[in-house]
Amino acid sequence: MREITYLEAVREAMSQEMRKNDDVYILGEDIGVYGGAFGVTRGMIEEFGPERVRNTPISEAGIAGAAVGSALTGMRPILELQFSDFITIALDQMVNQAAKIRYMYGGKGKVPMVLRTPSGSGTGAAAQHSQSLEAWVAHIPGLKVVQPSTAYDAKGLLKAAMDDDNPVIFYEHKLLYKTSSDVPEEEYSIPLGKADIKREGTDVTIVATAIMVHKSLEAAKELEKEGISVEVVDPRTIVPLDEETIVNSVKKTGKVIVVHEAVKRGGIGGEIASMIAESEAFDYLDAPIKRLGGANSPIPYNPELEKAHVPQVPDIIKAVKETLNRA
Amino acid sequence: MQLTKEKLLIPDLSNDKLIDLYKQMWQIRLFDEKVDEFFAKGMIHGTTHLAVGQEASAAGVCALLTVEDKITSTHRGHGHCIAKGATADKMMAELFGRTTGYCKGKGGSMHIADVEMGNLGANGIVAGGIPLAVGSALTAKMKKLDYVTVCFFGDGATNEGSFHEAVNLAAIWDLPVIFVCENNQYGMSGPIKEMAKVEHIADRAGAYGIPGVVADGNDIIEMINVTDEAINRARSGKGPTLIEAKTYRWKGHSKSDAKKYRTREEEQEWRKKDPIKRYKEVLIEAGLLTEEKAEEIRLAVKQEIEDAVKFAEESPAPTLDDLLTDVYA
Repeated sequence: MREITYLEAVREAMSQEMRKNDDVYILGEDIGVYGGAFGVTRGMIEEFGPERVRNTPISEAGIAGAAVGSALTGMRPILELQFSDFITIALDQMVNQAAKIRYMYGGKGKVPMVLRTPSGSGTGAAAQHSQSLEAWVAHIPGLKVVQPSTAYDAKGLLKAAMDDDNPVIFYEHKLLYKTSSDVPEEEYSIPLGKADIKREGTDVTIVATAIMVHKSLEAAKELEKEGISVEVVDPRTIVPLDEETIVNSVKKTGKVIVVHEAVKRGGIGGEIASMIAESEAFDYLDAPIKRLGGANSPIPYNPELEKAHVPQVPDIIKAVKETLNRA
Repeated sequence: MQLTKEKLLIPDLSNDKLIDLYKQMWQIRLFDEKVDEFFAKGMIHGTTHLAVGQEASAAGVCALLTVEDKITSTHRGHGHCIAKGATADKMMAELFGRTTGYCKGKGGSMHIADVEMGNLGANGIVAGGIPLAVGSALTAKMKKLDYVTVCFFGDGATNEGSFHEAVNLAAIWDLPVIFVCENNQYGMSGPIKEMAKVEHIADRAGAYGIPGVVADGNDIIEMINVTDEAINRARSGKGPTLIEAKTYRWKGHSKSDAKKYRTREEEQEWRKKDPIKRYKEVLIEAGLLTEEKAEEIRLAVKQEIEDAVKFAEESPAPTLDDLLTDVYA
């Protein structure tokens, strides 16, 4: 199998779908000849033309609403927001309109759209271009929320998101764009709500999202040298959440650490930890559930401070050891 | 058609249609008056926003729409729904929270929608429906469909960022959408005169490079005429128009409004411009209606609303199992 990058996987998923289905189009700021802020749509306007690769004004609320309205009337838009921080400006349309339309209308009408947007820190872009706000949208019934961590997952999950008849928020981690993995050339779908065990282990479970999957795998490799066997579970989608896979893993290891980049307070880790505590896995816990997340501060510019804001490999290793010591 | 010496109706509408519109204006008024009565008596819960006095814009604008055409509406949307073909029984059932309502009792007054009939929904968020209308128009353009989308909103909505973003988007893409601002002079309590520096909201159209038209929102013939031109423009690919319908809501903003922000004299002045009465006079002068016939129509509508209430009252309530249905498709 050939290897392609996460960024190429996202582009390939969109292009393959657009070749098949005329109702699918993409809209967003600078997605035309510029190719998008991160280059994801590069080459697409040349293939599909400006009608289907629709370059928009800088109007996040307007273009989000246009996507919702066109989805409600028969199109299947993909909306690209340059940075996930800008979802603040589009939120009325996503939260008050897209998420609720079907329910408010008594099951009539649907909003099949994907909002794709890069999230995460590590680029030195500071407080307004580095956040991970997925917990906000995960809080809203009616939305689905996807966070792929590999190129393979990105392609398959985006296919599923495009096929879904609901509004899906699809978070791409900007530091993962250049990472590669084996990706089939043909289309394939990874069901939303199916976690992936990225590494099997027996001593402790780490539930990690997006880039934290990779940091957790690195930590697991280090811990293996000390004879500690770590299982890394990647939920891949936080709504719907594959509770079963997480619960089963915790039942097996009896210890769990939840890791995400988003600010710990109010982050999705709290939801995952609570879900575990309320589940049958509680009786299997040998140590308290531990959460790692971003600091309670905006994301700073200084590279050392920026790094300190989010969990790093040594933090995960430390958390694993602390958890094992308390067992 | 020259209806009277002063009133020229530009599009070709049948006499039956003109009488139907008169009836529809009464449907809008009597529906909302009945709702007002029920809220006063505490028979319906939640809140509601009534469009009594604004019947001409809903009926006039929708007079030329087909089933394929779309509308988006506002929190003050009962009239738009009726004008786009909704029936009083299912609307009343919705306000009663019954399963036979347009939204199975889950939307209520502010969310009545009938997607299959082209009503893309009322909206509880001021200006929330404007970008949706633009999206609907984008679908028409991309799928090469002939429908137009009418976007209703109030004067207050024009100070929202969504208005600016959406109108600009529709303008640059020449989308088949008609923006209808029902300027009823107040956004809740805020007079538009204090909330915007321009004299007419229609003047804002110039900022987007599209036509802006000021119309007497209490004159249904004028509303039909200006909408006709806007529809022709939209259907021929020339893009959107901003119509400002100057009107007035007779009732308060919502069910709890002491109306301290306006005078009783001002209210009386506007009541003299009663859109139904004015239309009746035109129809009588044109020889299409008599006082007797007009009264017959009003009474028939009154009965229709009573029947709608009966239908709503006799309809089943949702079961608790319905709480979690239709969250996802």
